[in-house]
Amino acid sequence: MRFLRYLLMASAFYSAQASAECLTRGTGDMGIIIERAAGSVQVVDRSTHQALFRVEGLGDLSHASAVYSRDERYAYVFGRDGGLTKVDILCGKITHRVVQGGNSIGGAISQDGSLIAVSNYEPGGVKIFSSQDLTLVADIPATAVNSEKRAKTVGLVDAPDQRFVFSLYDTGETWVVDMTDPAKPQIQKNLNVGKLPYDGLITRDGRYYIAGLFGQDGLALLDLWHPEKGTRLILQDYGKGEQKLPVYKMPHLEGWAMAGNRAFLPGVGHHQVLVVERGDWNPVGKISVHGQPVFVMARPDGRQIWVNFAFPDNDTIQVIDTESLKVIKTLKPGKGALHMEFAPRGEEVWISIRDKDEIQVYDTRSLELIHSLPVDKPSGIFFTSRAHTTGL
Amino acid sequence: MKKNIALITALLIATGICTVNAAEIHPQRQAELLYLLKHDCGSCHGMRLEGGLGPALTAKRLAPYGIEFLALTIVQGRPGTPMPPWRPFITDPEAYWLAGQLKQGVNQ
Repeated sequence: MRFLRYLLMASAFYSAQASAECLTRGTGDMGIIIERAAGSVQVVDRSTHQALFRVEGLGDLSHASAVYSRDERYAYVFGRDGGLTKVDILCGKITHRVVQGGNSIGGAISQDGSLIAVSNYEPGGVKIFSSQDLTLVADIPATAVNSEKRAKTVGLVDAPDQRFVFSLYDTGETWVVDMTDPAKPQIQKNLNVGKLPYDGLITRDGRYYIAGLFGQDGLALLDLWHPEKGTRLILQDYGKGEQKLPVYKMPHLEGWAMAGNRAFLPGVGHHQVLVVERGDWNPVGKISVHGQPVFVMARPDGRQIWVNFAFPDNDTIQVIDTESLKVIKTLKPGKGALHMEFAPRGEEVWISIRDKDEIQVYDTRSLELIHSLPVDKPSGIFFTSRAHTTGL
Repeated sequence: MKKNIALITALLIATGICTVNAAEIHPQRQAELLYLLKHDCGSCHGMRLEGGLGPALTAKRLAPYGIEFLALTIVQGRPGTPMPPWRPFITDPEAYWLAGQLKQGVNQ
């Protein structure tokens, strides 16, 4: 009898734990970290460097990314398997989840926060959902490649004036979708922007969209103040006469690294970071680095650029001084250094180390490791400050 | 396409790549190769090999291709596509073994 009472009490205690109460706090110093193999995310506190919740059941999170609601309470996580999951980070639970495609590659939230767009490989196209309850608002199929397949969509970002911009990998197009009237998306198609655009980015101010090209040298630039002028190729002479190396991981263009008037970009197939002057978009230099860059990210104040690398050099991170354009530090954090995320004011950077199952936190002034926390096969790190940044 | 596969296979047999014995791959190396397949090949083909920017590598999709053809694709890459040659990291016998795993449906 006593044992039974104990069991009852224990189960009551357990259920109280299981339905853990939601936190009462601001979310401005919170974030999520993708656990790519487990299909879960950890909700973290940036200030204490601790995990708050682990949320499971998000499907295949290889290559997953996330955006935030404008109140910074909800994270929308885009899975590889077409899953779109809305997570309440104050309560550590999933509020909505849809499997909206067969194979996806990220998404974006609209300027007004009301719409979530998802970029799909299979079936190729973009689907747009209500950020409230993830009901479908618009379905935008990509150009057909043959009778069975449509082009894969890549580099999807939000842009000012309630627009989304993305590129079509197989057919070399960049589309601008105006969602001012959600019932009637207005699509402007730019054809023949270049061969095999593999990713895209938008400048912080939302003016320029740039698609990286895998099938040829150069990048395709679209001025969103003048979309009627179409795209133009920039840096098309980059790498001419130089042997391109095999690419073991596609670079990412998400982190637009701007320092002053200069942009820093990964050199595809080269052990180089390219430096470009904004405006005329002419190259001003190349910085030799340890391997082929994947992410080239600026510390928010633009004083440093942090770079990680493709296989087989993904055990290394390098830091570049943006004034001297020199590598000032080479870190060896461990194999599978996949992603970096800066604190919004830049004092720290968090780095995912996949093969060590940990996150390492570096002080960006001393360039020293100051904390680490256990995370199962971590990949993307997303802080809530992204809620207020165009393109993130 | 079929003709190409047959031709490349014939070439492979001529150059001796088909004579390798998969049993030569040490179990520890097998585990490393499967990890590489999941996480590094997976960055284009999907961690579950169901496709991404690169095509799916499921047994069903690979059914029309011979092991030799797949092994050659692994070590030499596929010119004109983003598929790079893995020769610096994977030997011919290892590629042959990996191709066999893919044909059988690893991860499924």
